Amino acid sequence: MSLTAKDKSVVKAFWGKISGKADVVGAEALGRMLTAYPQTKTYFSHWADLSPGSAPVKKHGGVIMGAIGNAVGVIDDLVGGLSALSDLHAFELRVDPGNFKILSHNILVTLAIHFPADFTPEVHIAVDKFLAALSAALADKYR
Amino acid sequence: MVEWTDFERATIQSIFSKMDYDDVGPAALSRCLVVYPWTQRYFGNFGNLYNATVTAGNPMVAAHGKTVLRGLDRAVKNLDDIKATYAELSVLHSEKLHVDPDNFRLLADCLTIVVAARMGADFTADVQGAFQKFLAVVVSSLGRQYH
Repeated sequence: MSLTAKDKSVVKAFWGKISGKADVVGAEALGRMLTAYPQTKTYFSHWADLSPGSAPVKKHGGVIMGAIGNAVGVIDDLVGGLSALSDLHAFELRVDPGNFKILSHNILVTLAIHFPADFTPEVHIAVDKFLAALSAALADKYR
Repeated sequence: MVEWTDFERATIQSIFSKMDYDDVGPAALSRCLVVYPWTQRYFGNFGNLYNATVTAGNPMVAAHGKTVLRGLDRAVKNLDDIKATYAELSVLHSEKLHVDPDNFRLLADCLTIVVAARMGADFTADVQGAFQKFLAVVVSSLGRQYH
């Protein structure tokens, strides 16, 4: 399910609209994931506070959305552009790649809440495809 | 048997009691048909589904969306025995409609997104958890009679 030219332009246009709120979206998506999918908390046992809105969750949500924003910039070559991040996730963090889908879902839910008018079905499909392609690029080095 | 906390029970009842089934049902189904186009395979006789606008305006999609939501209502009213409540529907989806049960999860995800957009900030992380647990039980029950 590769990204068409239309998918890429829809994603870029939508990211332009949301970039001001990216940190908030990232923090909220991460908080939702840790709450609604408690098995994902196993990767963050080193944080004192895993509740939504806590300092480590807010900070890390911002880091993640920042990286996704950078991925929009390399959307024409996600595998190449995310190579270093793939190394990190594969060899150091060793996050089971099934969790990328879970976080992606929570990002979509958060986007729908914050941008109800803009997150149309056409935008939804383009962003869903982009996050899936991003997840695959992130998992590229796993084995 | 599924154990529901008081919070989960109250949350699920509250969401559905405030929901406009005739708005949410069609919106969720048409979103599913657009975002996961392979789901259109089950709706060959629904006429035009070739883009989002046409799908959203398709009266058969709207009618079926309402049917699906009203079907969900049965689970809301029988939280303690969803499995039995949906046994017949599960057989129907397997034996007659031949729906791949993975599709139930796709529709459930679209429904979550539509409900989230309607509820806004009221759809907190805890509310999301309760709602998704309910849908997971529904999805599992619908797939249970497949063989």
